Amino acid sequence: MRRFAFVALLVLAVVVAGCTTGTPTAAPTQAASEATSAPAKQEATSAPDESGTTISVAGSTTVQPLAEKLATAYRAIHPNVEVTVQGGGSSVGVKSAAQGTADIGAASREVKQSELDEFPNLNVITIARDGIAIVAHPDVAVDDLTIEQVQDIFSGKITNWSEVGGADSLITVVSREEGSGTRGAFEEMVMGEEALIAGTAILQQSNGAVRTTIATTPNSIAYLSFGYLDDSVKTIKVGGVAPTEENAANGSYSIVRPLNMLTSGEPQGAVKAWLEYILSPEGQETVVAEGYLRVN
Amino acid sequence: MRLTYIVDRGAKYVLLLTALLSLLVVFLIGIFTLREGWPAFTKIGLGELLSGSVWRPQMDRFGLWPMLAGSAMVTLGAVVLGVPLSLMAAIFMAETAPSGVRNIVRPAIELLAGIPSVVYGLFGLVVLVPMVRQIPVAGNQGFGILAASIVLAVMILPTVTNISEDAIRSVPREYKEGSLALGTTHWQTIVGVILPSARSGIIAGVILGIGRALGETMAMIMVIGNSIIPPRPLDSNPLTIVLSTARTLTGNIAVEISYATGLQEDALFATGVVLFLMIILVNSAARLLMRGKRNG
Repeated sequence: MRRFAFVALLVLAVVVAGCTTGTPTAAPTQAASEATSAPAKQEATSAPDESGTTISVAGSTTVQPLAEKLATAYRAIHPNVEVTVQGGGSSVGVKSAAQGTADIGAASREVKQSELDEFPNLNVITIARDGIAIVAHPDVAVDDLTIEQVQDIFSGKITNWSEVGGADSLITVVSREEGSGTRGAFEEMVMGEEALIAGTAILQQSNGAVRTTIATTPNSIAYLSFGYLDDSVKTIKVGGVAPTEENAANGSYSIVRPLNMLTSGEPQGAVKAWLEYILSPEGQETVVAEGYLRVN
Repeated sequence: MRLTYIVDRGAKYVLLLTALLSLLVVFLIGIFTLREGWPAFTKIGLGELLSGSVWRPQMDRFGLWPMLAGSAMVTLGAVVLGVPLSLMAAIFMAETAPSGVRNIVRPAIELLAGIPSVVYGLFGLVVLVPMVRQIPVAGNQGFGILAASIVLAVMILPTVTNISEDAIRSVPREYKEGSLALGTTHWQTIVGVILPSARSGIIAGVILGIGRALGETMAMIMVIGNSIIPPRPLDSNPLTIVLSTARTLTGNIAVEISYATGLQEDALFATGVVLFLMIILVNSAARLLMRGKRNG
């Protein structure tokens, strides 16, 4: 019995090992992004007819609510097309689009050169532009900060609200995780090359979670997409300029980044039709209605 | 007659094969994780990986020390808070509870084991974190090791209580009767005779609880803050280290795996290997102790 058990184990091991060789490193990245992206619906990119097609969008939480609104608007015209939208962050969006686990990857930042080198099949379409606002808990007394002050607060050089004209209390910095497009855009435009976001910052994994944390944590500060601003958080002017759509559109508010939709290769079929709709006047109307900036 | 003989032998082999299959699955998970994490061990080096105190993948720094410290402190906190509670619950249910009360308390404790960990995280986020934030220490954000320890203590309660109660119940009646016959009170018997006899079983229960605490992910991400620095005291009082935010090994993997590529992904798998080894150690220790208890 014991010898049989040993032999059986060996045979099973060899059989299973033989089945898994050949996909050594693709398997974990695939598995990792599949765990967080929408299930792949490859037919959507190649089937030109629209009977019951599904388009899967995954990635940036900044683009997520906009994509959902655009999907609803599009469904009014084409009731057979279903768009499913998931979050995960911009880097997830880039990876999902490149590897085909989602039809469209959403990113709220420029695609990095290293990502273009790693995934040369990426096709980038900018559908909107979005501002990043500096937000704080409603009880914070400060109304205005310079860019240098924002940089110093987030890098941990300034630690007390009294150093920037507020009450004497320690600043709680809240940030997104490293793969976030909002964070990437914020780091590029505000922090610059040298300054890093402080290691003591509390990390949250979506714009929504950041907003909830700011709304409930006294003396907190964070950066947040324009599309997520509401009454539960207080916005802070940067260099005297308020974070509004008008100021972003006319260029006086400078912390603005592109919202990109990425596909693997040229978009086809229902995906192409939806993207063309988004770039059309009706689509851009929806973009503006949601608090983002049009691209054309 | 031959058929029954074949069925009899055949069934035994089928059962053996299914048991071997589960063994194989554990083995394969270990091999897979080790293979994916191996580049991290060779390129980053075991020393830097385990003792480096900076984790910034964008700058190619992969030091796991902050997460090791975070996991260790949170587990220690859970044991300190949860084990006395569990022990007292176990003593209560095994020795002093009237059967009506026991029939209510035991299902309640078992229900605790069935609550999904994300619900614990939600409870921690919405109830515990604001409560911990009330502690008047500058820089206390509510998120941190204390809140996480409280949540974990509640999560390991069912495990430790269950096994401790079994250990207490399996103390031979003669010990208890002999002690009572000598004139000691019930409580003196419990403390002086029953608990020492059940000691190895109780320790085994605690160690299994530690294993559970080490592997907890979702609830930890939601209440511990996920900052990348090692836990440190907030002011001159060293006890305030429990109010520091931190990140656990499990949280490290969960927060970053969805967008990690290349060496960062390998480093996260290496984190998985470290966790795997810790759990094996913990479970082996528990098994050794439980076997000792049954024989002695």
